[in-house]
Amino acid sequence: MAALPLGSWMTSGLVLGGVGVVFGALIAAAHRRLRVWEDPRIDAVAEILPGSNCGACGFAGCRSFAENVVEGAAPPSTCTQMTEDAVGEVAGLLGVDAGVAVKRSARLLCAGGLGLARQDASYVGLGTCRAAAAVAGGGKACPWGCLGLGDCIPVCDDDAIALDARALPVVDPDACTACGRCVDACPRGLLELRPVAHALVVQCKSALEGDTALALCDVACTACGKCIQDAPPGALELRAGIPVVADGRWDELSPDVTARCPTGAIRWVVGRQRFDARPEEVAA
Amino acid sequence: MRSVFRFRHGVHPPDRKGLTAALPVRRLPYPDELVLPLQQHAGRPAKLVARVGDRVERGDVLAVADGHVSVPVHASAAGTVTDTGLWPHPSGAWEPAVRLAVDAHSAQAARPRLVPHWEELSPAEIIGAIQDAGLVGLGGAAFPMHVKLQPPEGTRLDALLVNGCECEPYLTTDHRTMVDHPRRVQLGVRILMHCLGVRRAVIAVERNKPDAIEALTATLPDDLDVSVLPLHVKYPQGAEKMLVKAVTGREIPSGKLPLHAGVLVQNVASLATVAEVFETGLPLVERIVTVTGGGVVHPANVVVPVGTKLKDLFAACGGLRDDVAEIVMGGPMMGTSVGNLDAPVLKGTTGLLALRAHEVRHEPARPCIRCGHCLDACPVFLNPQRLGTLAQASRVPDMADMHLKDCMLCGCCSYVCPSHIPLSQLFAAARAELRRKESAA
Repeated sequence: MAALPLGSWMTSGLVLGGVGVVFGALIAAAHRRLRVWEDPRIDAVAEILPGSNCGACGFAGCRSFAENVVEGAAPPSTCTQMTEDAVGEVAGLLGVDAGVAVKRSARLLCAGGLGLARQDASYVGLGTCRAAAAVAGGGKACPWGCLGLGDCIPVCDDDAIALDARALPVVDPDACTACGRCVDACPRGLLELRPVAHALVVQCKSALEGDTALALCDVACTACGKCIQDAPPGALELRAGIPVVADGRWDELSPDVTARCPTGAIRWVVGRQRFDARPEEVAA
Repeated sequence: MRSVFRFRHGVHPPDRKGLTAALPVRRLPYPDELVLPLQQHAGRPAKLVARVGDRVERGDVLAVADGHVSVPVHASAAGTVTDTGLWPHPSGAWEPAVRLAVDAHSAQAARPRLVPHWEELSPAEIIGAIQDAGLVGLGGAAFPMHVKLQPPEGTRLDALLVNGCECEPYLTTDHRTMVDHPRRVQLGVRILMHCLGVRRAVIAVERNKPDAIEALTATLPDDLDVSVLPLHVKYPQGAEKMLVKAVTGREIPSGKLPLHAGVLVQNVASLATVAEVFETGLPLVERIVTVTGGGVVHPANVVVPVGTKLKDLFAACGGLRDDVAEIVMGGPMMGTSVGNLDAPVLKGTTGLLALRAHEVRHEPARPCIRCGHCLDACPVFLNPQRLGTLAQASRVPDMADMHLKDCMLCGCCSYVCPSHIPLSQLFAAARAELRRKESAA
């Protein structure tokens, strides 16, 4: 009884140690029985991916994309943010074809910046496009035109968009990963994701025609139809006052289509878009 | 002691009604051209039936109702249809509209038609006639009246509440309707009581319109239980929920209509128009509009054909002064700015304000100082301070959890905010965003 302190230490040590051993054995058994095997290649692929979770691939994030690539559900080139080297690395790791990536970029379907589009009123208030659009259309006479307050800029994680001197957003196609956030941010639906190779861009969405359209904006599409005459028959067609390329006929078009456009609304765009009054083809 | 006829919270903006309150309603000469958009009411736009080149008489149908929550659009003058394309709408967009070249030599008499005796009609027939006449609520929201008159099965209505509050500053449309046409208002009440089968009607008028209260009291019918109830002067007394609370003491639950409190609310101008429809047979082709503000040379209450272009309207009121800073359609608290004076007067246009620079205060927004004034002002007991913070962070789903949908955009919070935060505009934008997300989902 004199050794009570020592005995109680021993008892508690034994009890705690015993409990530890028992639960340790349980955990070890559970680890064996309940183990889920995961393909180590998923981690390897995820390591190479940019990790920005931009969502442009259509999956929930980079991890989910990695799982799908390893399963073979998507080719590595679906990721629009990876460099070509990185895509090759993923393809090499998995021993699959890298796939053909179609380089896409956001394009603005309006060229009516400050000084070109008629301004009916000046908007004062919250400095976002979405708020301005709700107040009598934000002061710009054309209700289809770009409001120029840059809602598309902060949502772009790649810093690919900047306002030009006429307060229109210019997208850098090299930096754009076609994630589509700017498309959602624009209250007027003026940004469109399209393959960079589709160089013909109608920089106007006005449903008006002729002088009515011109009264609102110097660079509006007046639906005159000259581009349609100059294109191969049926390749371009007029829909709601705007020329639209018929399905699958992009390859037949050439820069000549834009040559006679009286306002410069239809452009052959290589690289960044330009929103000047007249295209260089006409000025030359 | 708290008066029974009150709601809690709200604000007391200067009413500025003196510019036009004493001016009787006058009629303007017909303009050369009228523009009638197909979308003038809440609900689906009307379906065009007129064709370019058609010669129409005043009151002829240009577009028919498309479905239940829709009303037809009628020619508001005799003339020729010149175009059915797009035209600037007060909302800022270009919408399909009928352009009518007014016949300068026409007497503008309606095409002779049979005016039915409403006493002999069944409620369903009256409601049908109201839809055919293109009637909408004339208080501003322009909700089709026939829809409101058909409460769902099992709803028990015990009273008709007539809204003559006109709590928006500047506007005197309803005020002049009550003073100049009290008998029409009473006839409208009579017709709707017959149609709804209710025994009691209360005409609620803010106490700042003693002449309207007097005119209505003098014309009260002997055989029906109709009374005039003077109410406390406070904004937004004329909002349905506030009005029902003030008059009956019943609170309308979130997301519910006045019907759930057993009352139906109609605006006085709408009732006067109901009476006119059954007196003359003419559909809704004209309305009373208050043209006011410091920027108008001769402020006035005028009867204009629906579809009058704003520039013609201002020109008929002496024109605009040079220092006009903003044009607002509706009242200064809930109205919307207009950017294009080619846009026409709609069925729901209560007034037009041309405000000079000193009447419009543009101050840059400063950070919230958490003074809580907005909480004391909000008539639906939301927390605008918290909602504003969430809106600035684009956290729309969180705003929905804080009952953003109960906000009626009355503007009280913006009005009292000492930091000039455009709260109500933030909420309007957030609500549009929420609707977009819900329709996408």
